[in-house]
Amino acid sequence: MAKKMHIQMTVNGEEQEFLAEPRELLIHTLRERLNITGPHIGCETSHCGACTVTINGKSVKSCTMFVAQANGAEVTTIEGLGSPDSLHVLQEAFKEHHGLQCGFCTPGMITRASKLLEEIPNPTEEEVRFGMAGNICRCTGYQNIVKSILAAAAEMSAAKEAAE
Amino acid sequence: MNKELSRQERADALGGMGCKRKRVEDARFTQGKGNYVDDIKLPGMLFGDFVRSPYAHARIKSINTDAAMALDGVVAVLTAADLAPLGLHWMPTLAGDKQMVLADGKVLFQGQEVAYVVAKDRYIAADAVELVEVEYEELEVIIDPFASLKSDVVLREDLVAEDGSLPDGAHGPRKHHNHIFTWEVGDKETTEQVIGEAEVVAEDMFYYHRTHPCPLETCGCVASMDKVNGKLTLYGTFQAPHAIRTVVSLISGIEEHNIRVISPDIGGGFGNKVGAYPGYVCSVVASIVTGVPVKWVEDRMENLMTTAFARDYWMKGKIAATKEGKITGLWCHTTADHGGFDACADPTKFPAGFMNICTGSYDIPVAYLAVDGVYTNKAPGGVSYRCSFRVTEAVYFIERMIEVLAIELNMDPAELRRINFIKKEQFPYQSALGWEYDSGDYHTAWDKALEAVDYKGLRAEQAQRVEDFKAGKTRSLMGIGLTFFTEIVGAGPVKNCDILGLGMFDSCEIRIHPTGSAIARLGTISQGQGHATTFAQILATEIGLPADSITIEEGDTDTAPYGLGTYGSRSTPVAGAATAMAGRKIRAKAQMIAAYLLEVHDDDVEFDVDRFVVKGAPEKFKTMKEIAFAAYNQAIPGIEPGLEAVSYYDPPNMTYPFGAYVCVMDIDVDTGVTDIRRFYALDDCGTRINPMIIEGQIHGGLTEALAVALGQEIAYDDMGNVKTGTLMDFFLPTAWEVPNYETDHTVTPSPHHPIGAKGVGESPHVGGVPCFSNAVNDAFKAFGLRHTHMPHDHWRIWQTANKLGLHG
Repeated sequence: MAKKMHIQMTVNGEEQEFLAEPRELLIHTLRERLNITGPHIGCETSHCGACTVTINGKSVKSCTMFVAQANGAEVTTIEGLGSPDSLHVLQEAFKEHHGLQCGFCTPGMITRASKLLEEIPNPTEEEVRFGMAGNICRCTGYQNIVKSILAAAAEMSAAKEAAE
Repeated sequence: MNKELSRQERADALGGMGCKRKRVEDARFTQGKGNYVDDIKLPGMLFGDFVRSPYAHARIKSINTDAAMALDGVVAVLTAADLAPLGLHWMPTLAGDKQMVLADGKVLFQGQEVAYVVAKDRYIAADAVELVEVEYEELEVIIDPFASLKSDVVLREDLVAEDGSLPDGAHGPRKHHNHIFTWEVGDKETTEQVIGEAEVVAEDMFYYHRTHPCPLETCGCVASMDKVNGKLTLYGTFQAPHAIRTVVSLISGIEEHNIRVISPDIGGGFGNKVGAYPGYVCSVVASIVTGVPVKWVEDRMENLMTTAFARDYWMKGKIAATKEGKITGLWCHTTADHGGFDACADPTKFPAGFMNICTGSYDIPVAYLAVDGVYTNKAPGGVSYRCSFRVTEAVYFIERMIEVLAIELNMDPAELRRINFIKKEQFPYQSALGWEYDSGDYHTAWDKALEAVDYKGLRAEQAQRVEDFKAGKTRSLMGIGLTFFTEIVGAGPVKNCDILGLGMFDSCEIRIHPTGSAIARLGTISQGQGHATTFAQILATEIGLPADSITIEEGDTDTAPYGLGTYGSRSTPVAGAATAMAGRKIRAKAQMIAAYLLEVHDDDVEFDVDRFVVKGAPEKFKTMKEIAFAAYNQAIPGIEPGLEAVSYYDPPNMTYPFGAYVCVMDIDVDTGVTDIRRFYALDDCGTRINPMIIEGQIHGGLTEALAVALGQEIAYDDMGNVKTGTLMDFFLPTAWEVPNYETDHTVTPSPHHPIGAKGVGESPHVGGVPCFSNAVNDAFKAFGLRHTHMPHDHWRIWQTANKLGLHG
């Protein structure tokens, strides 16, 4: 067993500091150490995207990142996207357009979509499908997920235009 | 003063059946606040992990756990020797066989559970797994069921008597030491005679390959034995929590009232979470031994390699017809590969499930089906992956058989279907293999589907494409996939459906609160189907309280009434019926209360959306909300206080949803790449409770069908190594590979179901698989292809094109 490392990171705006084995996977850090259970474990091989979080502005699959690699990072999970009183536009859109069923992929899906809409604010359907291809859903067949994301994009653009 | 609402406005305000109610589950899921098994954290909880066999068939010479036990943080290492004194080293399967919990002297498939490590965290457990030393002696591996039935190698020595004779299995006599059962239905003699004398016979072998349900959340549990009170709580990914409680009680000896099984949120099931797995048994034992909670959650490789495969049916078929295409008989022999243990999840009397729905949507006068179950060195399972029991196999079989017959007859396959459909006036229809189809209108659905896609236009376009291909103008072919399916779901009548002796009824218990809201509990458990949304809609319509005021709770065996769980599209047909019936009991009592309050006779009031009104005087009424309060607030002569009801519903028959699907696919002959240009799905699931949720189920089921038809498989090499054990190799489609689907419907209510609903979750999978497969086969029909096996991945399609000489 390797010596424990001193780790510091910001998760959903909160400073976190702890000692951890360097081999600890970030998904376990989040779920078991910090009790942030929104991101899920679906495959442990970076394929399914259930564990997707945002790290320093990029979408990352936290099941294949060591906590040591996330030292000093800024991490955002589904829990950091909206609050019960003020949901993120994507959270509302997924509810409105039936973009989820069992809900297991949903936190990763919405977290990834939030980055996608920063990368491409007004995506085409094709861009959404390509940009979301790292996140697997077994329930919905994606049709309503794509619809939800496109609807959220339209709403966010409209809000942005109104603000300008 | 509020304006008096119209009847329609009052109905709309309830959010009852037929409306696109938004899901009540979504608030927690979209905010990452679902509560799945791996989210459960109990004080002092330990983690379990398995040592698994790298070999598919081997004797275990020794197991040394010393090094593992010496590792700091390891609490216990269990082997079969530790479980044997408790009688728990083997467990019963749902199919009447038994299965090793931990390897008892040998292993029968790669990944089989050999030892169970319990440690303080999952990392230490994983380290300890590596430290357990197991010495194996490799044995000859059999992965082909046909070879298995001829082999001298005995896979299951425990099923051979000392004198070498073969004791009967759970389903009768066995023909060979690797044979499990023969199941026969129908009239063999007449069928073979009809086929022997027929004007036209089509014959082929259809392999429905082994695959896996692969829900995004794997299987797992947390077992927590409270030694002070003698109570065991078992949280787990269980599609049938009550059945699991009974099984745990039977095998552990803990009285059932001392066991509480809880299915929390489940991240998809699709059949994977019906069975009982060694991980559950070992976790329970470990918690009993250590006195603290133990969590076990399988990883993706363990999930794909060991828990609950699906399909693996070799179906040989013969179909007889007149020259005009009227089908006169159907014959099928299936060789079913069940792996090392027979752990199929089917009703007891149906060792091949409802495979005898294989006469499909057609009026076939005589038929015969035989299924032989066979042991091989593959993982056990045989669950119904997004279908009722073996119904996808049956529908794939008949829908491929029809296409091959159409080739034999040189007839359009749409027309061949049409002239053989069971007619509307023939329902209820008695099939040659013993089912009574409840209702259907196949011709209407078929005509609607063919018109919607301009079927004639598509065939003309396809013919032109073939011409262009032959002329060297294009390298792309066009396939038109057709399917008309009839499912059999909602198992089922207690008289012929049970699992481990438990009748397959289901249940609902309703409590109306004084202020006019309610809680209803059911014996089923949602895994994404949205029960909390739709069952409240049924109740809203039945009892006249708003769906938003009704909480639906499932999955806790201490509070929910007994039920057989959610699989085989049985929730709506069985528990949905129980919900309606319990609602009607509430209404019956409410009627008496209303009559008392209105000072009239019981028969002088009638139910009207959300109230009881005095007949002929609708201005005199009591709303259900007022009645609910009166039930708790007034002493009514002859009526007990309170307003509660429970219903255990034993369905009189199965339900028979049906549908018409058309897939239009372009295939690049040089790469084998498929492009689904159009997919039209017409479903008839009877009464529609929530069209939004139905549509979502259709999209999802079609996508799982696309996966199975076009690439998803559990493949083995000759040594019994699983070649598709991660999501790198096991095909799960992403948003990039999946088309948009067009959905449509007709409504033919079930005559025997209280609200006429038939169930829908599995239809798109059952209908979708043959539809995608038929499209691929159809694309090459003009070049002489009769049949090619699934999965139709790019490589296999390229090979098909190559064999047909299309690469020049």
